Amino acid sequence: MQTPEELRYSKDHEWVRHEGAYVRVGITDFAQDALGDVVYVDLPQVGTIIASDLAFAEVESTKSVSDIFAPLAGEIVEVNQVLEDEPELVNEDPYGDGWVCVIKPTDIGHLELLMDAERYLAFVSQDPEA
Amino acid sequence: MTERKPEITSNNELKKTALYDLHVELGGRLVPFAGYELPIQYDGVIAEHRAAREAAGLFDVSHMRIVDVSSMDSSDVGETLELIAPGGLITLGHNRLRYSMLTNDTGGIVDDVIFTRMANRFRLVLNASRAEIDLKYLNALLGDQLIFRPRQDLALISIQGPKAISVLQQHDPAVADLSFMEAGLINFGETECDISRSGYTGEDGFEIAIPNDEAEQIVRLLLLDETLKPAGLGARDTLRLEAGLCLYGNELSESTTPVEANLSWTIPKRRRQDQRFPGAHTICSQLEKGTDKTRVGVTALGKRPIRDGAQLFNENNQIVGLITSGGYSPTTGKPIAMGYIDTPYAKEDNYLTAVVRGKQIGCTVAPLPFVQHRYKRSK
Repeated sequence: MQTPEELRYSKDHEWVRHEGAYVRVGITDFAQDALGDVVYVDLPQVGTIIASDLAFAEVESTKSVSDIFAPLAGEIVEVNQVLEDEPELVNEDPYGDGWVCVIKPTDIGHLELLMDAERYLAFVSQDPEA
Repeated sequence: MTERKPEITSNNELKKTALYDLHVELGGRLVPFAGYELPIQYDGVIAEHRAAREAAGLFDVSHMRIVDVSSMDSSDVGETLELIAPGGLITLGHNRLRYSMLTNDTGGIVDDVIFTRMANRFRLVLNASRAEIDLKYLNALLGDQLIFRPRQDLALISIQGPKAISVLQQHDPAVADLSFMEAGLINFGETECDISRSGYTGEDGFEIAIPNDEAEQIVRLLLLDETLKPAGLGARDTLRLEAGLCLYGNELSESTTPVEANLSWTIPKRRRQDQRFPGAHTICSQLEKGTDKTRVGVTALGKRPIRDGAQLFNENNQIVGLITSGGYSPTTGKPIAMGYIDTPYAKEDNYLTAVVRGKQIGCTVAPLPFVQHRYKRSK
Protein backbone atom coordinates (compact mmCIF):
# COMPACT_ATOMS: atom_id res chain seq x y z
CA MET A 1 0.00 0.00 0.00
CA GLN A 2 1.33 3.42 -0.96
CA THR A 3 1.09 6.51 1.26
CA PRO A 4 3.15 9.30 -0.35
CA GLU A 5 5.09 11.36 2.22
CA GLU A 6 4.09 14.76 0.81
CA LEU A 7 0.34 14.23 1.23
CA ARG A 8 -2.07 14.74 4.11
CA TYR A 9 -4.76 12.21 4.94
CA SER A 10 -8.26 12.20 6.49
CA LYS A 11 -9.80 9.57 8.74
CA ASP A 12 -12.28 8.90 5.93
CA HIS A 13 -9.41 7.83 3.65
CA GLU A 14 -9.14 10.88 1.42
CA TRP A 15 -5.74 12.27 0.51
CA VAL A 16 -5.01 16.00 0.16
CA ARG A 17 -2.17 17.59 -1.82
CA HIS A 18 -1.20 21.20 -1.05
CA GLU A 19 -0.99 23.23 -4.30
CA GLY A 20 -0.53 26.90 -3.36
CA ALA A 21 -3.89 28.37 -2.36
CA TYR A 22 -5.65 25.15 -3.40
CA VAL A 23 -5.72 21.49 -2.45
CA ARG A 24 -6.17 18.51 -4.72
CA VAL A 25 -8.22 15.63 -3.26
CA GLY A 26 -8.61 11.95 -4.01
CA ILE A 27 -9.14 8.65 -2.25
CA THR A 28 -6.22 6.69 -0.84
CA ASP A 29 -4.65 3.51 -2.10
CA PHE A 30 -6.05 1.76 0.98
CA ALA A 31 -9.54 3.05 0.15
CA GLN A 32 -9.48 2.05 -3.52
CA ASP A 33 -8.25 -1.41 -2.60
CA ALA A 34 -11.01 -1.83 0.00
CA LEU A 35 -13.64 -0.63 -2.49
CA GLY A 36 -12.68 -2.96 -5.30
CA ASP A 37 -13.25 -2.15 -8.97
CA VAL A 38 -14.65 1.39 -9.23
CA VAL A 39 -17.37 1.63 -11.91
CA TYR A 40 -18.83 5.10 -11.33
CA VAL A 41 -17.83 8.36 -9.66
CA ASP A 42 -20.51 10.94 -8.94
CA LEU A 43 -18.61 14.23 -9.14
CA PRO A 44 -19.74 17.45 -7.47
CA GLN A 45 -20.47 20.62 -9.45
CA VAL A 46 -17.74 23.21 -9.75
CA GLY A 47 -18.67 26.08 -7.45
CA THR A 48 -20.22 23.89 -4.77
CA ILE A 49 -19.47 25.06 -1.24
CA ILE A 50 -18.57 22.13 0.97
CA ALA A 51 -18.32 21.73 4.74
CA SER A 52 -15.60 19.57 6.24
CA ASP A 53 -16.51 15.98 7.12
CA LEU A 54 -19.71 16.09 5.04
CA ALA A 55 -20.26 13.91 1.99
CA PHE A 56 -19.83 15.77 -1.30
CA ALA A 57 -19.28 12.99 -3.85
CA GLU A 58 -19.87 9.27 -4.27
CA VAL A 59 -17.75 6.47 -5.56
CA GLU A 60 -19.40 3.26 -6.65
CA SER A 61 -17.64 -0.06 -7.05
CA THR A 62 -18.88 -3.43 -8.28
CA LYS A 63 -19.63 -4.14 -4.61
CA SER A 64 -20.95 -0.98 -2.98
CA VAL A 65 -21.58 2.74 -2.94
CA SER A 66 -19.41 4.92 -0.71
CA ASP A 67 -19.44 8.59 0.16
CA ILE A 68 -16.44 10.84 -0.27
CA PHE A 69 -16.21 13.35 2.59
CA ALA A 70 -14.72 16.80 2.38
CA PRO A 71 -11.35 16.77 4.14
CA LEU A 72 -11.47 20.59 4.35
CA ALA A 73 -14.22 23.20 4.08
CA GLY A 74 -14.16 25.34 0.97
CA GLU A 75 -15.28 25.63 -2.62
CA ILE A 76 -14.94 23.06 -5.42
CA VAL A 77 -12.96 24.80 -8.18
CA GLU A 78 -12.22 21.84 -10.47
CA VAL A 79 -13.38 18.24 -10.88
CA ASN A 80 -11.71 15.35 -12.69
CA GLN A 81 -14.09 14.96 -15.66
CA VAL A 82 -12.00 12.08 -17.02
CA LEU A 83 -13.43 9.88 -14.24
CA GLU A 84 -16.84 10.05 -15.92
CA ASP A 85 -15.54 7.81 -18.70
CA GLU A 86 -12.65 6.14 -16.93
CA PRO A 87 -13.64 5.56 -13.29
CA GLU A 88 -11.07 2.75 -13.13
CA LEU A 89 -8.34 5.42 -12.85
CA VAL A 90 -9.30 5.63 -9.15
CA ASN A 91 -7.99 2.05 -8.82
CA GLU A 92 -5.09 2.31 -11.23
CA ASP A 93 -3.59 5.62 -10.13
CA PRO A 94 -5.28 6.86 -6.93
CA TYR A 95 -2.68 9.59 -6.21
CA GLY A 96 -2.27 10.66 -9.83
CA ASP A 97 -4.76 10.51 -12.71
CA GLY A 98 -7.42 9.18 -10.31
CA TRP A 99 -7.73 12.48 -8.38
CA VAL A 100 -11.31 13.60 -7.70
CA CYS A 101 -11.39 17.40 -7.32
CA VAL A 102 -9.56 20.61 -6.44
CA ILE A 103 -10.82 22.63 -3.46
CA LYS A 104 -10.13 26.25 -2.52
CA PRO A 105 -10.10 25.85 1.27
CA THR A 106 -11.73 28.47 3.49
CA ASP A 107 -8.65 28.18 5.72
CA ILE A 108 -5.61 26.48 4.25
CA GLY A 109 -4.20 26.33 7.79
CA HIS A 110 -6.65 23.51 8.52
CA LEU A 111 -4.39 21.25 6.47
CA GLU A 112 -2.36 20.87 9.63
CA LEU A 113 -5.34 19.16 11.29
CA LEU A 114 -5.09 16.24 8.86
CA MET A 115 -2.81 13.25 9.37
CA ASP A 116 0.63 12.98 7.83
CA ALA A 117 1.66 9.77 6.06
CA GLU A 118 3.11 8.19 9.17
CA ARG A 119 0.03 8.80 11.28
CA TYR A 120 -2.27 7.67 8.48
CA LEU A 121 -0.35 4.41 8.15
CA ALA A 122 -0.70 3.85 11.89
CA PHE A 123 -4.41 4.74 11.65
CA VAL A 124 -4.99 2.28 8.82
CA SER A 125 -3.12 -0.51 10.57
CA GLN A 126 -5.64 -0.23 13.44
CA ASP A 127 -8.56 -0.36 11.04
CA PRO A 128 -10.34 -3.70 11.46
CA GLU A 129 -10.89 -3.77 7.70
CA ALA A 130 -7.16 -3.44 7.00
CA MET B 1 -14.69 7.72 2.32
CA THR B 2 -17.08 5.42 4.09
CA GLU B 3 -18.99 2.50 2.77
CA ARG B 4 -22.61 3.46 2.91
CA LYS B 5 -24.45 0.24 2.33
CA PRO B 6 -22.86 -3.08 3.15
CA GLU B 7 -24.57 -5.56 0.86
CA ILE B 8 -23.88 -8.51 3.03
CA THR B 9 -24.89 -8.67 6.67
CA SER B 10 -22.57 -10.04 9.26
CA ASN B 11 -23.18 -13.14 11.29
CA ASN B 12 -21.35 -14.14 14.44
CA GLU B 13 -21.18 -17.87 13.92
CA LEU B 14 -19.82 -18.28 10.43
CA LYS B 15 -19.16 -21.65 8.91
CA LYS B 16 -16.17 -22.45 6.74
CA THR B 17 -16.32 -24.48 3.55
CA ALA B 18 -13.81 -27.25 2.83
CA LEU B 19 -11.93 -24.77 0.63
CA TYR B 20 -11.56 -22.07 3.30
CA ASP B 21 -7.78 -22.43 3.73
CA LEU B 22 -7.29 -22.34 -0.02
CA HIS B 23 -9.37 -19.15 -0.33
CA VAL B 24 -7.14 -17.49 2.26
CA GLU B 25 -3.98 -18.73 0.57
CA LEU B 26 -5.17 -17.45 -2.83
CA GLY B 27 -5.77 -13.98 -1.38
CA GLY B 28 -9.55 -14.19 -1.32
CA ARG B 29 -11.30 -11.34 0.46
CA LEU B 30 -13.63 -13.19 2.79
CA VAL B 31 -17.05 -11.89 3.72
CA PRO B 32 -20.01 -13.37 5.61
CA PHE B 33 -22.52 -14.81 3.15
CA ALA B 34 -25.53 -16.95 4.02
CA GLY B 35 -23.83 -18.12 7.20
CA TYR B 36 -20.51 -18.93 5.55
CA GLU B 37 -17.23 -17.12 5.19
CA LEU B 38 -16.69 -16.93 1.44
CA PRO B 39 -14.52 -14.86 -0.91
CA ILE B 40 -16.26 -11.90 -2.52
CA GLN B 41 -13.23 -11.51 -4.78
CA TYR B 42 -9.57 -12.43 -5.22
CA ASP B 43 -7.89 -10.02 -7.67
CA GLY B 44 -10.99 -8.08 -8.64
CA VAL B 45 -14.61 -8.61 -9.64
CA ILE B 46 -14.19 -7.40 -13.22
CA ALA B 47 -11.12 -9.54 -13.95
CA GLU B 48 -12.83 -12.61 -12.48
CA HIS B 49 -16.03 -11.89 -14.41
CA ARG B 50 -14.03 -11.70 -17.66
CA ALA B 51 -12.20 -14.93 -16.82
CA ALA B 52 -15.56 -16.73 -16.68
CA ARG B 53 -16.81 -15.14 -19.90
CA GLU B 54 -13.59 -15.60 -21.88
CA ALA B 55 -11.78 -18.58 -20.31
CA ALA B 56 -12.84 -20.32 -17.09
CA GLY B 57 -13.69 -19.29 -13.54
CA LEU B 58 -13.75 -21.49 -10.46
CA PHE B 59 -16.41 -20.78 -7.83
CA ASP B 60 -16.83 -22.37 -4.41
CA VAL B 61 -20.58 -22.84 -4.06
CA SER B 62 -20.41 -25.22 -1.10
CA HIS B 63 -22.78 -22.97 0.83
CA MET B 64 -25.59 -24.25 -1.39
CA ARG B 65 -27.30 -27.19 0.26
CA ILE B 66 -27.24 -30.54 -1.46
CA VAL B 67 -30.09 -32.77 -0.30
CA ASP B 68 -30.59 -36.35 -1.50
CA VAL B 69 -34.19 -37.52 -1.51
CA SER B 70 -35.30 -41.13 -1.50
CA SER B 71 -38.64 -42.83 -1.18
CA MET B 72 -39.78 -44.91 1.81
CA ASP B 73 -41.35 -47.43 -0.54
CA SER B 74 -41.08 -48.27 -4.22
CA SER B 75 -42.95 -45.16 -5.37
CA ASP B 76 -41.28 -42.67 -7.70
CA VAL B 77 -39.56 -39.80 -5.86
CA GLY B 78 -40.29 -37.49 -8.78
CA GLU B 79 -44.00 -38.18 -8.57
CA THR B 80 -44.07 -37.33 -4.86
CA LEU B 81 -41.92 -34.19 -5.34
CA GLU B 82 -44.42 -32.92 -7.92
CA LEU B 83 -46.79 -32.36 -4.98
CA ILE B 84 -44.69 -29.37 -3.88
CA ALA B 85 -43.17 -28.20 -7.18
CA PRO B 86 -44.92 -27.26 -10.44
CA GLY B 87 -42.07 -28.58 -12.60
CA GLY B 88 -42.05 -31.75 -14.67
CA LEU B 89 -40.35 -34.21 -12.34
CA ILE B 90 -42.09 -37.49 -13.23
CA THR B 91 -40.94 -36.96 -16.78
CA LEU B 92 -37.39 -36.05 -15.80
CA GLY B 93 -35.00 -38.59 -17.29
CA HIS B 94 -32.25 -40.41 -15.47
CA ASN B 95 -29.18 -38.17 -14.96
CA ARG B 96 -31.08 -35.09 -16.13
CA LEU B 97 -31.37 -31.80 -14.24
CA ARG B 98 -34.42 -29.56 -14.08
CA TYR B 99 -34.91 -26.06 -12.68
CA SER B 100 -38.17 -25.69 -10.78
CA MET B 101 -39.73 -23.76 -7.92
CA LEU B 102 -41.01 -24.93 -4.57
CA THR B 103 -44.31 -23.08 -4.24
CA ASN B 104 -46.59 -22.20 -1.32
CA ASP B 105 -50.39 -22.17 -1.07
CA THR B 106 -50.64 -18.64 -2.47
CA GLY B 107 -48.45 -19.47 -5.45
CA GLY B 108 -45.40 -17.71 -3.99
CA ILE B 109 -41.90 -19.10 -4.44
CA VAL B 110 -40.45 -20.85 -1.38
CA ASP B 111 -37.20 -21.50 -3.25
CA ASP B 112 -35.82 -22.02 -6.73
CA VAL B 113 -34.18 -25.40 -6.91
CA ILE B 114 -32.22 -27.66 -9.26
CA PHE B 115 -33.63 -31.20 -9.26
CA THR B 116 -31.53 -34.09 -10.58
CA ARG B 117 -32.80 -37.63 -11.08
CA MET B 118 -30.13 -40.10 -9.98
CA ALA B 119 -30.27 -43.85 -9.40
CA ASN B 120 -33.03 -44.54 -6.81
CA ARG B 121 -33.12 -40.94 -5.64
CA PHE B 122 -33.38 -37.29 -6.51
CA ARG B 123 -30.77 -34.69 -5.68
CA LEU B 124 -31.92 -31.18 -4.82
CA VAL B 125 -29.64 -28.16 -4.64
CA LEU B 126 -31.21 -25.55 -2.36
CA ASN B 127 -30.26 -21.93 -1.86
CA ALA B 128 -28.15 -21.53 1.28
CA SER B 129 -30.38 -18.82 2.70
CA ARG B 130 -33.50 -20.95 2.19
CA ALA B 131 -32.27 -24.45 3.03
CA GLU B 132 -33.60 -24.64 6.61
CA ILE B 133 -36.99 -23.24 5.57
CA ASP B 134 -37.15 -25.60 2.58
CA LEU B 135 -36.32 -28.67 4.66
CA LYS B 136 -38.99 -27.82 7.23
CA TYR B 137 -41.51 -27.31 4.43
CA LEU B 138 -40.53 -30.48 2.58
CA ASN B 139 -40.62 -32.57 5.75
CA ALA B 140 -43.97 -31.14 6.82
CA LEU B 141 -45.62 -31.92 3.50
CA LEU B 142 -43.78 -35.01 2.30
CA GLY B 143 -41.93 -36.30 5.38
CA ASP B 144 -44.22 -39.33 5.63
CA GLN B 145 -43.26 -40.47 2.12
CA LEU B 146 -39.74 -39.22 1.46
CA ILE B 147 -36.43 -39.21 3.31
CA PHE B 148 -34.42 -36.00 3.01
CA ARG B 149 -30.70 -36.38 3.56
CA PRO B 150 -28.62 -33.18 3.56
CA ARG B 151 -25.16 -33.91 2.17
CA GLN B 152 -22.94 -31.69 4.26
CA ASP B 153 -20.16 -34.18 3.58
CA LEU B 154 -19.89 -32.74 0.06
CA ALA B 155 -18.23 -29.59 -1.20
CA LEU B 156 -19.69 -28.07 -4.38
CA ILE B 157 -17.60 -26.26 -6.96
CA SER B 158 -18.64 -24.60 -10.19
CA ILE B 159 -16.35 -24.22 -13.19
CA GLN B 160 -17.80 -21.77 -15.69
CA GLY B 161 -16.73 -20.46 -19.06
CA PRO B 162 -15.86 -21.49 -22.62
CA LYS B 163 -12.62 -23.19 -21.43
CA ALA B 164 -14.31 -25.13 -18.60
CA ILE B 165 -14.56 -28.17 -20.86
CA SER B 166 -10.84 -28.20 -21.69
CA VAL B 167 -9.88 -27.74 -18.02
CA LEU B 168 -11.90 -30.84 -17.07
CA GLN B 169 -11.23 -33.00 -20.13
CA GLN B 170 -7.59 -33.32 -19.14
CA HIS B 171 -8.74 -35.20 -16.07
CA ASP B 172 -11.56 -37.20 -17.62
CA PRO B 173 -12.32 -37.03 -21.37
CA ALA B 174 -15.82 -38.46 -20.80
CA VAL B 175 -17.14 -35.11 -19.52
CA ALA B 176 -17.31 -33.95 -23.15
CA ASP B 177 -20.23 -36.35 -23.67
CA LEU B 178 -22.43 -34.46 -21.19
CA SER B 179 -24.88 -31.90 -22.54
CA PHE B 180 -26.41 -28.92 -20.73
CA MET B 181 -28.45 -30.03 -17.68
CA GLU B 182 -27.08 -33.57 -17.77
CA ALA B 183 -25.33 -35.33 -14.87
CA GLY B 184 -22.63 -37.98 -14.78
CA LEU B 185 -19.42 -38.93 -13.03
CA ILE B 186 -15.90 -37.57 -13.26
CA ASN B 187 -12.78 -39.32 -12.02
CA PHE B 188 -9.87 -37.53 -10.42
CA GLY B 189 -7.44 -40.38 -9.94
CA GLU B 190 -9.13 -42.70 -7.47
CA THR B 191 -11.86 -40.27 -6.55
CA GLU B 192 -15.18 -40.45 -8.34
CA CYS B 193 -17.34 -37.31 -8.13
CA ASP B 194 -20.82 -36.36 -9.29
CA ILE B 195 -20.68 -33.78 -12.07
CA SER B 196 -23.30 -31.95 -14.10
CA ARG B 197 -23.08 -29.62 -17.06
CA SER B 198 -24.79 -26.66 -15.47
CA GLY B 199 -24.24 -23.38 -13.69
CA TYR B 200 -25.65 -19.94 -13.15
CA THR B 201 -23.56 -17.66 -15.35
CA GLY B 202 -25.08 -18.19 -18.81
CA GLU B 203 -21.83 -19.86 -19.93
CA ASP B 204 -21.07 -23.47 -20.63
CA GLY B 205 -19.90 -24.92 -17.35
CA PHE B 206 -19.88 -27.71 -14.83
CA GLU B 207 -20.74 -28.25 -11.18
CA ILE B 208 -18.92 -30.93 -9.24
CA ALA B 209 -19.73 -32.37 -5.81
CA ILE B 210 -16.53 -33.50 -4.08
CA PRO B 211 -16.15 -35.20 -0.67
CA ASN B 212 -15.07 -32.47 1.78
CA ASP B 213 -11.78 -34.08 2.73
CA GLU B 214 -10.66 -34.33 -0.89
CA ALA B 215 -11.99 -31.02 -2.14
CA GLU B 216 -8.89 -28.92 -1.55
CA GLN B 217 -6.56 -31.41 -3.17
CA ILE B 218 -8.75 -31.74 -6.28
CA VAL B 219 -9.22 -27.98 -6.63
CA ARG B 220 -5.45 -27.48 -6.36
CA LEU B 221 -5.04 -30.03 -9.13
CA LEU B 222 -7.59 -28.20 -11.32
CA LEU B 223 -5.90 -24.84 -10.69
CA LEU B 224 -2.63 -26.16 -12.15
CA ASP B 225 -4.26 -25.27 -15.45
CA GLU B 226 -3.74 -21.52 -15.56
CA THR B 227 -6.71 -20.89 -17.82
CA LEU B 228 -8.81 -21.53 -14.69
CA LYS B 229 -9.01 -18.53 -12.36
CA PRO B 230 -10.54 -18.53 -8.88
CA ALA B 231 -13.58 -16.25 -8.81
CA GLY B 232 -15.67 -14.90 -5.95
CA LEU B 233 -19.24 -14.05 -5.07
CA GLY B 234 -18.93 -10.61 -6.67
CA ALA B 235 -18.32 -12.03 -10.14
CA ARG B 236 -20.93 -14.71 -9.59
CA ASP B 237 -23.51 -11.98 -9.06
CA THR B 238 -22.53 -9.83 -12.06
CA LEU B 239 -22.47 -12.94 -14.28
CA ARG B 240 -25.93 -14.15 -13.25
CA LEU B 241 -27.35 -10.64 -13.63
CA GLU B 242 -25.99 -10.36 -17.19
CA ALA B 243 -27.50 -13.79 -17.87
CA GLY B 244 -30.88 -12.50 -16.61
CA LEU B 245 -31.08 -15.18 -13.92
CA CYS B 246 -33.06 -14.72 -10.71
CA LEU B 247 -31.58 -14.55 -7.23
CA TYR B 248 -33.72 -15.65 -4.30
CA GLY B 249 -34.23 -12.71 -1.93
CA ASN B 250 -33.85 -10.25 -4.82
CA GLU B 251 -36.13 -11.37 -7.68
CA LEU B 252 -37.82 -14.24 -5.88
CA SER B 253 -39.80 -14.33 -2.64
CA GLU B 254 -42.73 -16.05 -0.95
CA SER B 255 -45.00 -13.31 -2.27
CA THR B 256 -43.80 -13.56 -5.89
CA THR B 257 -45.23 -16.20 -8.20
CA PRO B 258 -43.34 -18.03 -10.98
CA VAL B 259 -45.62 -16.30 -13.50
CA GLU B 260 -44.75 -12.81 -12.22
CA ALA B 261 -41.07 -13.83 -12.17
CA ASN B 262 -41.25 -14.75 -15.86
CA LEU B 263 -40.52 -18.35 -14.97
CA SER B 264 -43.70 -19.84 -16.49
CA TRP B 265 -41.45 -21.89 -18.78
CA THR B 266 -40.61 -24.04 -15.74
CA ILE B 267 -44.26 -25.19 -15.58
CA PRO B 268 -45.03 -27.68 -18.38
CA LYS B 269 -48.48 -28.13 -19.90
CA ARG B 270 -49.19 -31.37 -18.04
CA ARG B 271 -48.70 -29.60 -14.69
CA ARG B 272 -50.92 -26.70 -15.73
CA GLN B 273 -53.62 -29.28 -16.32
CA ASP B 274 -53.17 -31.53 -13.29
CA GLN B 275 -52.87 -28.52 -10.93
CA ARG B 276 -51.59 -30.78 -8.16
CA PHE B 277 -49.08 -28.41 -6.56
CA PRO B 278 -49.33 -25.68 -3.89
CA GLY B 279 -50.77 -22.42 -5.19
CA ALA B 280 -51.99 -24.06 -8.41
CA HIS B 281 -55.20 -22.05 -8.37
CA THR B 282 -53.39 -18.69 -8.32
CA ILE B 283 -50.63 -19.74 -10.69
CA CYS B 284 -52.94 -21.28 -13.29
CA SER B 285 -55.27 -18.31 -13.16
CA GLN B 286 -52.27 -16.01 -13.75
CA LEU B 287 -51.07 -18.18 -16.62
CA GLU B 288 -54.44 -17.66 -18.24
CA LYS B 289 -55.17 -14.01 -17.42
CA GLY B 290 -51.72 -12.51 -16.94
CA THR B 291 -50.28 -10.70 -13.92
CA ASP B 292 -50.34 -7.12 -12.65
CA LYS B 293 -46.55 -6.96 -12.52
CA THR B 294 -43.78 -8.78 -14.33
CA ARG B 295 -40.02 -9.21 -14.16
CA VAL B 296 -38.08 -7.29 -16.81
CA GLY B 297 -34.58 -6.16 -17.66
CA VAL B 298 -33.69 -2.48 -17.35
CA THR B 299 -30.77 -0.58 -18.85
CA ALA B 300 -29.78 2.83 -17.53
CA LEU B 301 -28.97 5.70 -19.83
CA GLY B 302 -25.62 7.04 -18.71
CA LYS B 303 -23.07 5.46 -16.46
CA ARG B 304 -24.57 5.48 -12.99
CA PRO B 305 -25.68 2.01 -11.88
CA ILE B 306 -29.24 1.52 -10.62
CA ARG B 307 -29.20 -0.69 -7.54
CA ASP B 308 -31.83 -2.87 -5.92
CA GLY B 309 -34.41 -0.86 -4.02
CA ALA B 310 -34.58 1.94 -6.61
CA GLN B 311 -38.15 2.83 -7.60
CA LEU B 312 -39.25 3.32 -11.20
CA PHE B 313 -41.57 6.15 -12.23
CA ASN B 314 -43.65 6.80 -15.33
CA GLU B 315 -43.93 10.18 -17.10
CA ASN B 316 -46.66 11.24 -14.64
CA ASN B 317 -44.33 10.60 -11.72
CA GLN B 318 -46.30 7.57 -10.53
CA ILE B 319 -44.42 4.60 -9.10
CA VAL B 320 -44.69 1.74 -11.62
CA GLY B 321 -41.83 -0.53 -10.63
CA LEU B 322 -39.03 -1.56 -8.31
CA ILE B 323 -35.45 -2.63 -9.10
CA THR B 324 -34.48 -5.95 -7.47
CA SER B 325 -30.89 -6.35 -8.76
CA GLY B 326 -28.63 -3.90 -10.48
CA GLY B 327 -25.05 -2.99 -11.12
CA TYR B 328 -22.33 -2.51 -13.65
CA SER B 329 -22.11 -5.06 -16.45
CA PRO B 330 -18.46 -5.78 -17.25
CA THR B 331 -19.35 -7.46 -20.57
CA THR B 332 -21.45 -4.62 -22.00
CA GLY B 333 -19.70 -1.82 -20.10
CA LYS B 334 -23.07 -0.40 -19.08
CA PRO B 335 -25.27 -0.35 -16.01
CA ILE B 336 -27.87 -3.13 -16.09
CA ALA B 337 -30.69 -4.11 -13.75
CA MET B 338 -33.71 -6.35 -13.27
CA GLY B 339 -36.91 -5.53 -11.50
CA TYR B 340 -40.67 -5.79 -11.34
CA ILE B 341 -42.79 -3.42 -13.30
CA ASP B 342 -46.54 -2.90 -13.74
CA THR B 343 -47.38 -4.97 -16.80
CA PRO B 344 -48.66 -2.08 -19.00
CA TYR B 345 -45.17 -0.52 -18.71
CA ALA B 346 -43.24 -3.73 -19.38
CA LYS B 347 -42.93 -3.17 -23.11
CA GLU B 348 -39.42 -3.24 -24.51
CA ASP B 349 -37.76 0.20 -24.90
CA ASN B 350 -40.40 1.80 -22.69
CA TYR B 351 -38.81 4.86 -21.06
CA LEU B 352 -38.93 5.23 -17.27
CA THR B 353 -37.16 7.19 -14.56
CA ALA B 354 -35.34 5.50 -11.71
CA VAL B 355 -34.64 7.37 -8.52
CA VAL B 356 -31.28 6.49 -7.01
CA ARG B 357 -30.39 8.23 -3.75
CA GLY B 358 -32.54 11.19 -4.65
CA LYS B 359 -31.25 11.52 -8.20
CA GLN B 360 -33.27 10.79 -11.32
CA ILE B 361 -31.83 8.42 -13.91
CA GLY B 362 -33.42 7.74 -17.28
CA CYS B 363 -33.73 4.06 -18.16
CA THR B 364 -35.51 1.75 -20.56
CA VAL B 365 -37.07 -1.71 -20.37
CA ALA B 366 -34.65 -4.17 -21.99
CA PRO B 367 -34.88 -7.77 -23.19
CA LEU B 368 -33.32 -10.49 -21.05
CA PRO B 369 -30.71 -11.85 -21.00
CA PHE B 370 -28.27 -8.96 -21.38
CA VAL B 371 -25.59 -11.40 -22.53
CA GLN B 372 -26.63 -14.39 -24.64
CA HIS B 373 -26.48 -17.84 -23.04
CA ARG B 374 -23.89 -20.21 -24.46
CA TYR B 375 -25.05 -23.53 -23.06
CA LYS B 376 -24.02 -26.76 -24.81
CA ARG B 377 -27.45 -28.21 -25.42
CA SER B 378 -27.93 -31.76 -26.68
CA LYS B 379 -28.45 -31.98 -30.42
